[in-house]
Amino acid sequence: MSTVAAAGYPRAWRRPPFFRNRTLKWALVTGAVVYLLLALASVEVNWARLSEGWLRAARLFAGFLTPDFVSRWGDIWQGLIESLTMTVTSTVAGILLSVPIALGAARNLAPWWLYGICRGIIALARVFQEIIIAIFFVAMVGFGPFAGFLTLSLSTIGFLAKLLADDIEEADPSQVEAVRATGAGWWQTVDYAIASQVMPRLIGLSAYRFDINFRESAVVGIVGAGGIGATLNTALDRYEFDSAAAILLIIIGIVMLCEYGSGMIRKRIQ
Amino acid sequence: MLRIERLVKKYRTGDAALRGVDLEVAKGEVIGLIGPSGAGKSTLIRCVNRLVEPSGGRIFLGDEELTAMSGGALRRARRRIGMIFQEYALVERLTVMENVLSGRLGYVGFWASYFRRFPPEDVERAFATLDRVGLLDHVDKRADALSGGQRQRVGIARALVQSPELLLIDEPTASLDPKTSRQVMRLLLELCQEQGLAAIVNIHDVMLAQMFLPRIVGLRAGEVVYDGPATGLSPDVLTRIYGEEDWSKTGPRDEDEDVHPRPPMPRADEIAAEAP
Repeated sequence: MSTVAAAGYPRAWRRPPFFRNRTLKWALVTGAVVYLLLALASVEVNWARLSEGWLRAARLFAGFLTPDFVSRWGDIWQGLIESLTMTVTSTVAGILLSVPIALGAARNLAPWWLYGICRGIIALARVFQEIIIAIFFVAMVGFGPFAGFLTLSLSTIGFLAKLLADDIEEADPSQVEAVRATGAGWWQTVDYAIASQVMPRLIGLSAYRFDINFRESAVVGIVGAGGIGATLNTALDRYEFDSAAAILLIIIGIVMLCEYGSGMIRKRIQ
Repeated sequence: MLRIERLVKKYRTGDAALRGVDLEVAKGEVIGLIGPSGAGKSTLIRCVNRLVEPSGGRIFLGDEELTAMSGGALRRARRRIGMIFQEYALVERLTVMENVLSGRLGYVGFWASYFRRFPPEDVERAFATLDRVGLLDHVDKRADALSGGQRQRVGIARALVQSPELLLIDEPTASLDPKTSRQVMRLLLELCQEQGLAAIVNIHDVMLAQMFLPRIVGLRAGEVVYDGPATGLSPDVLTRIYGEEDWSKTGPRDEDEDVHPRPPMPRADEIAAEAP
């Protein structure tokens, strides 16, 4: 009945292989497995220290059961205030600096030379992890939250300016064209055609970055850039695990609050 | 009022989109620009307001040479040229009113536009224009909350509040259903007539073009291959514009399903005579 099927078409079909060469494929797979085994074998496990560390971890977790908020409350409070100040100021400064850099780093808005400069700034801000930047700034301006503020501002630029610039580049060009066609100036075009398109993302990213900055403010404190991280470091150095546990619990609480808050904001602005 | 001389546009890829186009549009004259995809219709109208930079040739709006302008002068010239787009090109997240007022951006300073403090006469004009296109009830809605036909009317209102002398209309009906297409074309033609506006309408629907536009310019591969009355679009001419095809099945006689037959469009010179 089905005359079409009888015309001699093949009855089997295979997806074209990713590797043309089967030998190459198996060589790569074997190589990867051998490398993994060798790498694992090269890790030296010191069982004695591991069991010791296990004991210390047990004491730390015991501290969690009896967190001591009281005896170091003065230090904890000061560290918290420092961290929150650092977070708020660096987020605001980071946003204020990110917006112009992002405008300059968007290929559809900026001339090539400005694009190069702004993309360069972003790349520079993104090269190093926060801790390395913090060590550098502590060496530069000394211990304390100012170093933390500089660190977090810089990494906020790296984060926000890049993502915002990418979003600006993805903005619908026909809306931009339409606003330009009315005789609008450059800033007016940015205000009407670009800002309205990227504003939800800018607000969402800023809220998210606030959240990240608080967490990072605890981390950079460990290398001396002030804040709650410095307090935590001191507590651990003194083996005051109950105070350390109190600090960790506070950090967890605030991070969860920030996360919840930024999630709410992002949901509302769609 | 618009004069295009030997307009050439070569894209960086080396493709020549326009190969020496000459075109003249009188005050208050509405012309239809037809041609196959890629013939250069969009490029041609975008060269007029310099959204696309011409590679050669000259364009005059009145006595001023558009192709010689830059910066502020170009922006002031753009105020006199309204543009209407195929996909409406509204700023989706802004309100209808903000979209319409954006037609006044060329007239107000940055801070006034930033704080949405437009002069009272601009606001009044925007309201009046929205009333004219039948959208007075939708002033505060966001543009993305409107239907296709409504959006296109916002796009028309935005172009009109510019107080333009010329409208560049890029495929106004391509995203609309047949009925809305006709309504939008009718509205555009009425508005041009009321305000004595000249217009270039890019349109790929030949039937619609013949129905509404008295003068047709046919573009093929960046060259004008026909410039004459809509009634002169014979199968021969259509073949010259679009290439070989059986054209006998098209034409105004197949328009029986149009329940409200339109009176014939006034000739361009009549419209011009009515202009102030």
